[in-house]
Amino acid sequence: MNVLVFLIPVSLLLGGLGLAAFLWSLRANQYEDLEGDAWRILSEDDDTPDQDS
Amino acid sequence: MSDTASCPACVGLPEGQLEKAASNGTNQIVLSLPGIHCVACINTVEKTLRALNGVANARVNLSMKRVTVGTNQPVAAEEMIEALELAGFEARVLDSSLLGAEGDAYGRSLMTRLAVSGFANMNIMLLSVAIWSGAVGATMHLFHWITAVIAIPALIYSAQPFFESGWRSLRVGKLNMDVPISLAILLASGISLYETIYGGYHSYFDAAVTLTFFLLIGRYLDHRSRKAAASAAAQLAALEVPRVLRIRNGVRQMVDFGDLSVGDCVQVLPGGRIPVDGVVTEGSGQIDRSLLTGESRPAAVDAGAEVTAGEISMNAPLTIRATTVGTDTTLRKMVTMVDQAEAMRNRYTAVADKAAAIYAPVVHILAFAAFAFWILWSGDFRLSINIAVAVLIITCPCAMGLAVPAVSTVAAGRLFRAGLLVKDGTALERLAEVDTVVFDKTGTLTMPTAGRDTLSPEAQGIARAMTQDATHPVSQAIAAALTDVAPAVIHDQQEHPGKGLSATWQGQEVRLGSGAWLGMGHGTYLQIGDGRPQKIHLRAELREGAVALVKAWREAGLAVHIVSGDDANETARIAAALDVDHWKAQTGPQDKVAYVEALAAEGRKVLMVGDGLNDTGALAAAYASVSPATAADASRAASDVVLLNDSLTPLIELPLLARAALKRIRENFTISTVYNVIAVPVALVGLATPLIASIAMSASSITVLVNALRLKGKKL
Repeated sequence: MNVLVFLIPVSLLLGGLGLAAFLWSLRANQYEDLEGDAWRILSEDDDTPDQDS
Repeated sequence: MSDTASCPACVGLPEGQLEKAASNGTNQIVLSLPGIHCVACINTVEKTLRALNGVANARVNLSMKRVTVGTNQPVAAEEMIEALELAGFEARVLDSSLLGAEGDAYGRSLMTRLAVSGFANMNIMLLSVAIWSGAVGATMHLFHWITAVIAIPALIYSAQPFFESGWRSLRVGKLNMDVPISLAILLASGISLYETIYGGYHSYFDAAVTLTFFLLIGRYLDHRSRKAAASAAAQLAALEVPRVLRIRNGVRQMVDFGDLSVGDCVQVLPGGRIPVDGVVTEGSGQIDRSLLTGESRPAAVDAGAEVTAGEISMNAPLTIRATTVGTDTTLRKMVTMVDQAEAMRNRYTAVADKAAAIYAPVVHILAFAAFAFWILWSGDFRLSINIAVAVLIITCPCAMGLAVPAVSTVAAGRLFRAGLLVKDGTALERLAEVDTVVFDKTGTLTMPTAGRDTLSPEAQGIARAMTQDATHPVSQAIAAALTDVAPAVIHDQQEHPGKGLSATWQGQEVRLGSGAWLGMGHGTYLQIGDGRPQKIHLRAELREGAVALVKAWREAGLAVHIVSGDDANETARIAAALDVDHWKAQTGPQDKVAYVEALAAEGRKVLMVGDGLNDTGALAAAYASVSPATAADASRAASDVVLLNDSLTPLIELPLLARAALKRIRENFTISTVYNVIAVPVALVGLATPLIASIAMSASSITVLVNALRLKGKKL
């Protein structure tokens, strides 16, 4: 059962990474304009997203 | 607005569905762009704005139909609007404080809490499954401790919405659903912590976290549907021009709307909304009257024309002398009317709230009775509190918190695919109870077209010439009926708003317009010189699907009424064509409200279907309401459901689906009651382990969700 000493922290860490990634994407407004972003990917024009919108 | 028509989903969305932009920096301006619908629009708008001096950045949000502009030096919003107008986009400044400012922050915090509780739940379940599978001794205690370390901070953070709402309700001496939820979470955590510290066998942390997780899903779905429903009154108010360009004694000055007085001249730039009711003194061009009439085609105005607050100048600067200002303007009166009607509707109590009113006290009494019985019977405080907690967890209102939002979300998704946009959270419940429908006629059931049979060939040529460039729907209908006639040569054509058209033909004055203007009865007439006016027969053609809709709704048990601003003959004809017995003609906006209210006073639940601004009051006053996407903004904002297509056919399934949804909601309540009836006695006799509690709770939540999903493919 000593393996638990590693496994539990590892599972918490991985889960925590997933949580952090989701929260980051939420904070970075990645779910704000799903429709517009789907269109923008098809655009050939220079369309660099800004840093702070 | 014509280019939006190619994208049906663009048309129906109310413009103001926005949240406060994440306010980085102070210099941000948010503009509403009701006309954007594709990637080309995005690029043009962003490029146009970035080209302006002082604009640091512009980012379009297509879902919300708005653009956030960041500036590094002061740029007037008027300048941006002008630039956009030149590029072909209607734009207006959005006052973000008016339009659901707190909405997004709350939604995001709910989502974060949901993510945190989901994370905690997964990890705790891993450990709990090990305990349920038979981990004992030191392993079990270790796992209890780890569980406690994960669960307590996660619960403190994630369950806050329930604590806050429960506390708010307790403070005013009421019990809402969040009181038993908070109590269950707090007691379960407390007893679990105690058991963990003293090496007990039962830890309910998993149940408490699962409870929070499922309830947050329900809360988030609920919030989303509420967010979509922006208040009609707030939208109308946002349409008002806050600052206006006043010209007094030759001095142009930006002043607050409130500072205007009657007789002042104001200048409205192209793309600007007209702030006052008044008369055009200078300039001629086209205006968009859609807010007031529901007509989406622009109307021509020049000096002397009367304009109304809320109309948009499309392509020319206009100078307008105000005849009414402030609260007397047509727009403000309309806002007041909608406000009053909405206040009536807000008295509706959702099914879930009714259920909660019964539920909360019952659960508390049950848990307390269990505690009291066991402490008297065994005298063991620890055992008694354990049993009370088990009762609270098992009776958890997961199913209740999920039952309504899950069903509404599924039903709204299905209706959206059929071309209907559900804007109000309780709309489906109300639609399910509707037993009477009141239709507006013009623009809703019918589209106008003209007959030509009674006119001489000469008159036909004149009529064609006069109407071919006109914008009134009647003119367009006449022109459409006469497309194969060669137009006569006419001069000096003039439009007389509310009356008709006049022109000169071979030295004689010819007039085409309403019977009242030409001294005749009802209808549209053409007069050549001093001759007797000839009647032009206008037929209103039924909109596609109207007959099928009325028939299907009648079969669904709805009584059908028609109210129209049109004359009696026309209304009677349409009513006969649709086989409708109850109709009323020549009604103004107040009459329509009165008609709806009279039906409501008879105890009927009225569904209003209408499109014009004259229907807005009635739409808001009705028990439930539907408007087509071609309707005025305000009408769309006042209605619960917006029809995105031209055809009325998708509406057929609306009441059926609403009834199915309400039935599903009731089934869901029944399912969770059945679970409780089975599980609560087990808990009361002290046999409920954390495993049983978790299974009972998760199973009822999942059953309820699955049952809601069944609505997706159901045949009606």
